[in-house]
Order: sequence, then structure tokens, then C-alpha cells
Amino acid sequence: MEQKIFHHALKIQKDRCIGCSHCMNICPTEAIRVKNGKADLFENRCIDCGECFRVCPVNAIIIEQDDFNKIFQYKHRIALLPAVLIGQFPEDIKTSQIYNVLIDLGFTDVYEAEHGVDILKNSMKAYADNHDQNKPLISSFCPAVIRLIQVKFPALVDHIIPQHPPLDIAAVYYKQKLVNQGVDESDIGIFYVTPCASKIAAIKSPVGDEISPINGVINMDFIYNKVYTSVKRGDYDKVQKLKAERLSPEGTVWSLTNGEADIMQGRCLAIDGVHNVMDFLEKVENEEIKDVDFLELRACDESCAGGVLTAQNRFLTVERLRKRADYIKSNYSDYNNKDILNYSEYLNSKITLGKIKPRSMMKLDENMAEAMKKMRRVKEILKCLPDVDCGACGAPNCQALAEDIVQERAVINHCIFIQRIFEKKGIIDWEESRKIMQEIWGEEKLNRKC
Amino acid sequence: MMHFEFDIEGGDFSKAGFASSQLKRILKQLVTDHKVVKKTVVALYEAEVNVVAHAYSGKVIIDIDTDKIQIKVNDKGPGIEDIEQAMEEGYSTASEQVREMGFGAGMGLANIKNNSDEFNITSEVGVGTQLEIIAYLEII
Ligand SMILES: Nc1ncnc2c1ncn2[C@@H]1O[C@H](COP(=O)(O)OP(=O)(O)O)[C@@H](O)[C@H]1O
Ligand SMILES: [Mg+2]
Repeated sequence: MEQKIFHHALKIQKDRCIGCSHCMNICPTEAIRVKNGKADLFENRCIDCGECFRVCPVNAIIIEQDDFNKIFQYKHRIALLPAVLIGQFPEDIKTSQIYNVLIDLGFTDVYEAEHGVDILKNSMKAYADNHDQNKPLISSFCPAVIRLIQVKFPALVDHIIPQHPPLDIAAVYYKQKLVNQGVDESDIGIFYVTPCASKIAAIKSPVGDEISPINGVINMDFIYNKVYTSVKRGDYDKVQKLKAERLSPEGTVWSLTNGEADIMQGRCLAIDGVHNVMDFLEKVENEEIKDVDFLELRACDESCAGGVLTAQNRFLTVERLRKRADYIKSNYSDYNNKDILNYSEYLNSKITLGKIKPRSMMKLDENMAEAMKKMRRVKEILKCLPDVDCGACGAPNCQALAEDIVQERAVINHCIFIQRIFEKKGIIDWEESRKIMQEIWGEEKLNRKC
Repeated sequence: MMHFEFDIEGGDFSKAGFASSQLKRILKQLVTDHKVVKKTVVALYEAEVNVVAHAYSGKVIIDIDTDKIQIKVNDKGPGIEDIEQAMEEGYSTASEQVREMGFGAGMGLANIKNNSDEFNITSEVGVGTQLEIIAYLEII
């Protein structure tokens, strides 16, 4: 039994799953198989990137959020928003309208996560100045990327800048601010409105075994629907303007592609999309790519604007937030003296992440002699398999099936080509073949009337 | 013991790195110490690029055992006249064209040596060059 290491926000709802294998084929870490007509997840390989959630045609994959009523366990209920939430709405919807909806839902305070950028950007630069030997340094912003590096590129964990992302910094700040006002810490509940699954996973099981300063998570699509219906109904046409601090221009675009790369020094590259990130990390690992100082890597195309829980077209979100940043830059300067900066020293003392451990999931065996035996068997098995990667065996490709066989998670006659060969040789009959396919794809698919 | 062989074609820069990528996949499935995996892959990558950049064709021969990884890279090519000089950091005879493609900083051979526990190089002018790269594994 594999020891469970990561918490996952992505859950496969077996009763809804139709075993179509779309998720199995898209998964970047080959973490999904089909068994009994349902998708089945290897938990320790999953990095919570959410690609499966995107392709599922029947919404069988869900992102597990906290029960909304959990907020009422706290006297002070803070909604921590990502800038991309604001970017979901057209310009005629004011930030104050969005805030008001959240207050009416039951929150007592609303704060934007990217205020943390004003602290983080300087500490990231300082870290980069002092860590020449681990170039290229990799941003710790995207939790799916951190997990990807842990499981697939373990030699690169030391390249990650071990600093908390803006949302953690913003949460720690807000908590401390209330504590300084005399609020009991146990009365403070901070709830992050998340654009993706990986942020939830990172909050529920932080990389360095520490406890997250965030008390719960609300999915962004839920908030989006609430805001949209209320505003459309005209509930907030004449609302009182909430006094809110202005996000800095850097903070506004931080979660977009190039948000970090644009402010870091030296040669910086921004790469988005999990498959692009993997291709690039392969090259970094070979040291094929030299003289790069900083890598901003994001699992989603267009970064958080393309988060799996966003409702709006990502390119429109990017356009809105960029416009907004430009507008702030040319019309205001009050973001330079906001309260979070008074907490610089305190926040910097808490900025370092726990140790990010390599967690390679690719070894065939802990014992090398055993692993070599298994590899030899994989090679032998692959000679029999057809090299078509059809997925009919319930594994994403022939290589994955061969590895599953040596790990005793599958048998060779799961392959339909092998079944035909075995039938011809009289080793199995067609009824047995049918049963095997039924075990993989479920009863229904093999008993359709046609 | 496991044995693998790969061919390298001189001048084909688009495929430089094929053998080292394969080696990486293999080692990640076998070896626990990811630092050993990385340095061995880096050494082979540089050796591969040298065959592509400086020779006509080559062969990579890999033998993996529980105590060591041994890699031989043999090529047919112009050979190296002064090995000591070639090993110097920054020394390169790469053409401007090759440099523009991001190869030919003169660090390759030195990098290979730094990333291997044992490194041997022999060469015959007009015939070819032979490298041997060995990484030792700690037996757990
Ligand atoms: N396989 C080879 N065949 C012929 N010459 C080689 C080979 N490998 C290296 N050399 C010579 O040694 C020099 C230094 O090699 P290296 O340190 O890898 O730097 P670079 O490849 O960047 O020039 C090369 O410029 C080339 O003249
Ligand atoms: Mg070279």
C-alpha cells in the first residue's frame, strides 16, 4: 500500500464517472487508470493540476471545498480574494459591488491576497541576490508546479525559492492586524476564494508540514455565481463604498503570466501550461538551458486567469487586469503606503517555507537490484505489446501498462492485442476476453444493444 | 547489469540530448539518489553535444549495475590533438555558427569531468574520440 503523502482537492465521483478515459489520457503524471468502468487515481502521483477536471465530459471530477457554513464558526470572517476574481467581471461591475456581495454572504472583512506581493517581491529579489548557485531559481507561486517538481524533477527542488506565496503572507498579516486590535486569534477565520484545486491542496497539506494560516477554502465558481446574480438583479446599484486598500500594479498582475518574471532581475522566463512546464524542466534538469536566472512556472495556460475554477474567458481576464494595473499606476500612488508595509519585519520573519522534499514517484523499486529486475521485465513485456497506446487496457499507454504489470497492478491480457493472440493460441477464449474487458470498462459498456 | 546503446549523428543538433533523455528516464526508475541521476545525465548530455558539434557519428554505450553507472561515448571524427588544452574551461574551436545556436562555450569537457566520479578520454587525430564516464552508487 502506498503511503498517502498529499492531500488532494480533486475527487473522482465514481457514481457519475462514465469511464470515458479522457482524464487518463490527459493526466501529465499518468496518475489515472480505468478500472470497473471508472477512473481510478494513484494519489501520490497526482499534482492537483486540474487537467482531468477540465476534460471530464460529465463533471464527475469535483474540487472539494469547505462547507460554506464553516465561516460562521468564527466571529471575524475574512474573505481573501485573488485578483483574478475581480478580473472575472466586466468593468461596469465595481470592486465595491463585489465586496458587498461577500459581506452579505456573511463575511465581516474582505481583503485581496495579492497585497502580499508588496512584501514578497522584495524578499524574492533578496533571496535571488544571495543564491547564485541554484540558478535558475524557480518561483514557489504555483502549488501544482511545486508538486510536479517533487514527484517528477526531484533534483530541482533546491531551485525553488522557499518563500510563502502572497496569499499566505496576506493571511498572516490580516490575522496579526486583528490580533493587534485585541481580537482573539481563535475568533479569526480566513477563507481563500480559490481559482484552482492546487491552492486548496497546498492549504490543506502545506509543502513543509507547517500549518496554513488559512482556515478554509471557497471555490471561485461559487462566489462568481453569487456576485453575478446579485449584481444583475441590481441589488448593489447604490451600495455604500467599502473602504478598501488598493492593490499595487504589481500585485494586480502577479498571478498572470509574466507577473513575477517582469519584476525579477536578470534573465527571467515565464512559462505557463503544465505540459510546457514539464518540457522545459526536462531541459533545465539536463542543464541544456544555461544562464537563466529566474523561472516563473505556472500549471495553467495564462496562469491563474486560466485556473480551472474561473468562469470567464482567460484572455479577457488578463486584458482587464492589465488595464486595471495601468490605471492604478497612472492615477494613484496610495498603494505605496498601505498598512501591510508596517508589518514588513514581522512578515519577513515568517516568510520562509518549510523544507520542500523530493518525492520521486517514478522508481520501480526502492531496492536497485529489484528495480533493475523490474525494468528488464518491462522491456520484455513491451516487446509483446503493440505500441499503439490505444488505452483499451485502462492504462494511458503501453509503457504504463508494462509498468503496472511488473508492479502487479495489471496483467498482460488486459491488452486487447494480446487477447487476440492468446485466443488464436487457445490460451484463452473469447468469453474470457470479454470478461477481462468488462473488468476494465464495466458491465454496461460491454452489454450495450447494437 | 543492464546494457543500453544509442547512436548519435554528427551535425544533427535538433536531436542532441536524445541519449541523455533516455538515460534520465531509465535512471529515475532505478536510482534513489537523484543527485547522481542529475550529474550523470548532465555529463552524457555534454558528451552527446560534443559528438554532434565536433564529430561525424558516435555511439553511446551504457552499463548500469547496482554499484556504478558506466558510460562510453565513442565517435568517428577528427579527434582531439591536445586533450589537455581541450579540457581547459573556455577553450573551444566551435564555429561562430555553432556558438550562435547556444553550443560551444568551451565548458563541455570540464563539465563532464566535474559531473563524473571517474572520467577518461582518449583520442586519435583523424580517427575519433573515446570518453568514459563513471558514476559510483552508494549501495544501501
Ligand atoms: N568528440 C570530439 N571530437 C573532436 N573534438 C572535440 C570533441 N569533443 C571536444 N572536442 C574539442 O575540444 C574542444 C573543447 O570541448 P568542450 O569543452 O566541450 O567545448 P565546446 O564543445 O563548447 O567547444 C572543442 O571545441 C573541440 O575542439
Ligand atoms: Mg562541448
